[in-house]
Amino acid sequence: MSLRLKLKPKTEQKIIQVILYSFTSIAVLVLVFILVVILKNGLPQLSLEFLTRNPVDMGREGGILSTIVATIFLTLIALLVATPLGVGTAIFLTEYTTESWITRVIRFGAECLAGIPSIIFGLFGFILFVNKLKFGWSMLSGGLTLAFMVLPTIIRTSEEAIKAVPEAYRLVSFSLGSTRWQMVTRVVLPSALPGIVTGIILSVGRSIGETAAVIFTAGSALRLPTSVFSSARTMSVHFYIMAKEGISMPKAYGTAAVLVISILLINVTTYYLMEKYIRRKK
Amino acid sequence: MKTRGIIVRNFSHYYGQVRSLNNINLDVYRHEILGIIGPAKSGKSTFLACLNRLNDLIPGSRVEGKIEVDGQDIYGPDVDVVALRRKLGIVFATPVPLPMTIYENVVFGLRLLGNDERRELDRIVEDSLEKAGLWNEVKDRLHTSALKLSGGQQQRLCLARVLALKPEYILLDEPTSGLDPISTMKIEESLRQLKKDYTIILVTNNTKQAARVADRTAFFLMGELVEIDETHVIFTRPMDKRTEAYLEGKFG
Repeated sequence: MSLRLKLKPKTEQKIIQVILYSFTSIAVLVLVFILVVILKNGLPQLSLEFLTRNPVDMGREGGILSTIVATIFLTLIALLVATPLGVGTAIFLTEYTTESWITRVIRFGAECLAGIPSIIFGLFGFILFVNKLKFGWSMLSGGLTLAFMVLPTIIRTSEEAIKAVPEAYRLVSFSLGSTRWQMVTRVVLPSALPGIVTGIILSVGRSIGETAAVIFTAGSALRLPTSVFSSARTMSVHFYIMAKEGISMPKAYGTAAVLVISILLINVTTYYLMEKYIRRKK
Repeated sequence: MKTRGIIVRNFSHYYGQVRSLNNINLDVYRHEILGIIGPAKSGKSTFLACLNRLNDLIPGSRVEGKIEVDGQDIYGPDVDVVALRRKLGIVFATPVPLPMTIYENVVFGLRLLGNDERRELDRIVEDSLEKAGLWNEVKDRLHTSALKLSGGQQQRLCLARVLALKPEYILLDEPTSGLDPISTMKIEESLRQLKKDYTIILVTNNTKQAARVADRTAFFLMGELVEIDETHVIFTRPMDKRTEAYLEGKFG
């Protein structure tokens, strides 16, 4: 208090500004640091060959084509399952039911699901998909496991986005003779789309980056996968194995660089597209 | 000869335990403008919402009594609520354009019916905007966002959006309460024109507006219909002391 009294408001303002700026810059600095380390070590590895050839000799030689393909398909399977489930749940919770103990249980369940460590999801996927349903170590098992892992995120972000749509829009839609479903699909979802997409992008990031849940369910085969029942190794898993087993650090960094660059590209493109979408509506 | 379009008998409405409308009895004639005046919380807006069953959307809403529209009991068991809402279009106090283009706002209700025939939609858009007195101001920017329009333009767009559905009745819930005098004048002018083809119920907290445009006027107070008569009668020799007091501005 005494310190505060001594300071002129202007000086105080300056000090606070400096402190807050430094806090903010720490977040950015960490990002820059990660990017520099990964890219400095990884970029020299990148070549057309690295991206278009399969790993040879456990990954010591060759490229990472099979792991790129596996990552794309695993993520796609996860999204194809999680998006309709998650958005559907969010629509149910917001538009088709009133707040009650049931909605609270569903929401609480989803929150808990979000807090479960990914390795536990891996175990769950292993027991259910790999063993019980006999999908084996496969992209299908891995994709489904990832789907349930990202489901809470999609439910949560979609629900928030849907709730943010002004109530008046719903009333207007009904007053112009829409059914509830028409109201949802023509008014609510288009307005909530940017928020929903944000949730999906977060999920893409988590799916691409996940290792623990994937090793348990999709395995770590290095072959180019030929069907959803093929075992496959994603880029993250590849990086993990290469680094942990000391197979080839340069190749590991190369993989990491591809991972980081793809996630950045996905983020940038989506935000650009969303920005355009929002501007068109305004 | 005046034909009765809407017949309201012994109609009450409740929000949970709270009674918001108490035993309303009134008729609405075809091709008239019926003004409904009364202070805030007198049940005017609730009454409008009951006429096209938008009150259904409010949890705890319950009705007693009967409302007939063109001979059909609208709270009967096999009423098509969606069709009913098209038949009784409503314009709210706050203009709420949907976040899409002017054109798409006008054709919103038509597209719901699966009507996507470009030439017909174009024609209806022009016709509806013309009737709402907005065509000349927006005809060159139909495909820009409706959110960029001024408040008065937005409200006329909301009117056009209702007209596009070819309703029989137009319900207006204090449509000019947030508008400037010029915009208000434009809307009132449109209403006088529209009377030929539609039956209009105009809820307003501006008694002068009722005096200017309504053929008959009803006075609501605390959920009850105090009286209803020819507008000039209500304004010059009301039967009820409360009506007189309200019109003289003794309460509001």
